[in-house]
Amino acid sequence: MWTTALLLLPLAGALVVAILPLPRESTAGLAFLVALGEVALWIAAAGRFDFDDGGLQLGTTREWVESLGISYSVGFYGFSLWLAGATVIVFAAAIGYGMWVGRDRSRAYHALMLFLLGAVVATFAAQDLLLFYVSFEAMLIPLYVLVGVWGGERRQAATVTFVIYTMAGSLLMLASVVAFGVTQGTFSLTESGTSDNVWIFLGFAIAFAVKAPLFPFHGWLPLAYREAPVEVAAVLSAIVSKTAIYGFLRIGIPKFPEPADDLSGLILVLACAGLVYGSLLAFRAPDLRGVIAYSSMAQMSLITIGVFAFDDLGLDGAVLQSVAHAFVSASMFLLVGMVERRCGTSDIDALGGMARGRPSLATVVLVAGMIALAVPGSATFAGEFLIMAGAYQQGWGYSVVVALGIVLAAMYTLRVISAILHVKPGRAVRDEALDLRPGELALVLPLLLLLLGLSVWPALVSESAFAASTLAELLP
Amino acid sequence: MIDTPTVDWLALSPTIALLAAAGVALLSALLAGWMRKSVAGIAALLGFVGAAVCAGVVFDESSTPEVLLEGTMVRDQLAALAQLVLGVTGAVVVLASWSERRRENHAEYYALLATAGAGMVFFVGADNLMTLFLGLEWFSLCLYILVAIDSERETSLEAGLKYLIVGGFGSSVLLFGSALVYGATSELSFPAIAAADASNDAFLYAGLAMILAGLAFKVSAAPFHMWTPDVYQGSPTSITGFMAAATKTAAFVVTLRVLVTAFPAQEDLWTVTVAVLAAISLVWGNLGALAQRDLKRILAYSSISHAGFMLMAIAAFSDRGAEALLYYLIPYSAMSVGAFAVVAARERELNAPVTLDSLAGMGWERPYYGVALWIFMLGMAGFPLTGGMFGKLFVFSAAYDAGDWWLVLLGVAATAVSLGYYLNVVRWLYMRSGAELRLAPAGGSPPRDPALGIAISASVVVTVGSFFVVQPILDVASDAAGSLPF
Repeated sequence: MWTTALLLLPLAGALVVAILPLPRESTAGLAFLVALGEVALWIAAAGRFDFDDGGLQLGTTREWVESLGISYSVGFYGFSLWLAGATVIVFAAAIGYGMWVGRDRSRAYHALMLFLLGAVVATFAAQDLLLFYVSFEAMLIPLYVLVGVWGGERRQAATVTFVIYTMAGSLLMLASVVAFGVTQGTFSLTESGTSDNVWIFLGFAIAFAVKAPLFPFHGWLPLAYREAPVEVAAVLSAIVSKTAIYGFLRIGIPKFPEPADDLSGLILVLACAGLVYGSLLAFRAPDLRGVIAYSSMAQMSLITIGVFAFDDLGLDGAVLQSVAHAFVSASMFLLVGMVERRCGTSDIDALGGMARGRPSLATVVLVAGMIALAVPGSATFAGEFLIMAGAYQQGWGYSVVVALGIVLAAMYTLRVISAILHVKPGRAVRDEALDLRPGELALVLPLLLLLLGLSVWPALVSESAFAASTLAELLP
Repeated sequence: MIDTPTVDWLALSPTIALLAAAGVALLSALLAGWMRKSVAGIAALLGFVGAAVCAGVVFDESSTPEVLLEGTMVRDQLAALAQLVLGVTGAVVVLASWSERRRENHAEYYALLATAGAGMVFFVGADNLMTLFLGLEWFSLCLYILVAIDSERETSLEAGLKYLIVGGFGSSVLLFGSALVYGATSELSFPAIAAADASNDAFLYAGLAMILAGLAFKVSAAPFHMWTPDVYQGSPTSITGFMAAATKTAAFVVTLRVLVTAFPAQEDLWTVTVAVLAAISLVWGNLGALAQRDLKRILAYSSISHAGFMLMAIAAFSDRGAEALLYYLIPYSAMSVGAFAVVAARERELNAPVTLDSLAGMGWERPYYGVALWIFMLGMAGFPLTGGMFGKLFVFSAAYDAGDWWLVLLGVAATAVSLGYYLNVVRWLYMRSGAELRLAPAGGSPPRDPALGIAISASVVVTVGSFFVVQPILDVASDAAGSLPF
């Protein structure tokens, strides 16, 4: 029941927001309240979750299409509960940001954001292959419009590339879903067995690789992250990308143990390439959004390495890093949005020297940056260390690449920090540009506090992501 | 005394209801001008609703197929389900045409619409090559006139002429094929043709091919689709919606019935042919749609590609395939009628043909029509939260089950291409501003049109509802598929 409530609250909220003819501020406020209610609901659900029990919890199953073995089946494992938790918190911040900047066409905008929230939570909760496909695909409907209507100048080009890439992946996945479901006679993830068909696995793997994105399927990323409204970019990089990780963890590896094992070498090599390549691109990007976009690609590659390490260290690290990266990426994107609102650009050349006279901005950017570059003691450091340790089991070379990635992350993150805060004041930075307002701080600070909390106690996530029996169930 | 055959009036009740409605509508031409339109329209509406209700009763009462009228017709759940869909579709079309700007011809229009519906309802129950041809001509003749009924518009006349010539050619091919099959088997009724052992007769093969080609004209499968874009564009928009939904439903159900009941022995031959037709329709329909600017032409090509998906289900030659086809027809009919109804609304507002440009900003200015068109486009593209997705899923499952994995891959690729034009419509609706086009009268609101609103709402409800209520629809479809001998 709890999971169903988590799905229905944002969807019902979306409907209400779309239909009620309220003025702009009230609409936004109502949407924000729904998002906060979703956070509260998640906390209540997590309170009822027994992390030592490895099975599916808080679940509901209802027959949907009996003759094909399709059911509405939802529920959480430890790791997916954490991913859903990151989702609801980041969405609350993103919707709050949309309210703060006062997006126009408020009813449509907030309804779409809430619909997207519902679709993402459904993706993390889905225990039926078809339901997973439905929610995975449903995410695209609001994203298409959110980027295409509220985006920057080249938003139409961005939406077209984004949709072509993701739909090509999704449709391959549809073919795989059909093939897997028909051969198994059921679409239920809990009841179906495993398959050793490499082609079916590839259909899933490519869809996830596009969504993450992994090298060489990242062609849509720079344009989409640059042109999307900043809070939508935050949601894309922080949350939507993690649905790919969930897909690998819940479908790719458990349902296709042999093909996943056979192709793990290839995937690891591609992920390593993506990690280094993304980091270098992030270091060279001329604008803040570009840096964060490519760093997000690098981080997703890193998480994928953790997943395909096939051992508990790597998997725990992957989940911890997913949650930490969600908060880091969301807060960085929101901060970039705040800088853009003040300076009108995110070009690194035109920025600089914002630390002087703006203590709150300086502190917040510095803290977020320090966590992003994984200083020892931070949650991201714990995640990356676990992934590195896990990858070592697959070959020491992978650990070397991961270590290299960590060094490169330090380089591009320091570049962002100094580009915003230090050097001489850039031409776009005017004296009138104010420090962060309390409303903005209220959106970013909770994310940073959560990151600090996770830094103090990373085991909260990493120890509870996979109970021993979950591992045995998911990694046969 | 002449022996008269016993007549099962219940089985014929949907046809009779529509014929009665057509009579009343025609008589309304004698009434005073201000009464004509309402009387004719309400008669047609009641006729279609009555046909749907009768079909529902027939469906309930005919769990085993029964041959009627000396083996010329059959009363079974397949026909009843098709009649139900046709009745509801027709009723929605009547609502959508309510506010069509038409100076005269109201009585003729609704009378012909009801007669065409009667012909289709008769056609889906045909169990014999003679009644098959009779039904086909019956509704086709009505449609030829309906297409050309706006005789003050040149495009309407042109469309009517094209449809008449190409449709007449299709019918004659079908008739010639029927003659050959009769020559080879000396039988007219479908089960008897299957029972007559003439499997190696070249005439039978030629006849089968020609019957298939004649039906392919009606379902507008490529390469027999050439009339579709022009006729869809030129016809009155509500009639286009009727053709896209109802003609297709009737023709597909009959195609399925003919192939499965009359030619099961030639199965290895026609499954391949139908699969090839499906493949050509998928490729041609989707590529053709990409190049179009006129919304009615886009929807015409999209209907060709949907014919491809539905042929995939027939090519599977299994009860699962038949179920998939019957399920597919329900959301597809709703989406087609609904989409053309939105086009009609825009047409009436702007008083001009609806191209992509004239959709600019419509999503924001006319939020209700905008959201509805958005839903129909997503549904046709097979997105979740619409029955279109399950339709595609079932068709793909059936094809995969039948071993046609190459068709599944082609269908997936075709779906990917189709996003190019479906999402383009959404892009024009929401991401282009209509301000600089100055299409709509500034500040005005569209003419009030509650009938059209109801028609569109009904289509939206079926499109979205068929996503959530899958199993009941599938049960009905599977009962209907059970009347065929698989």
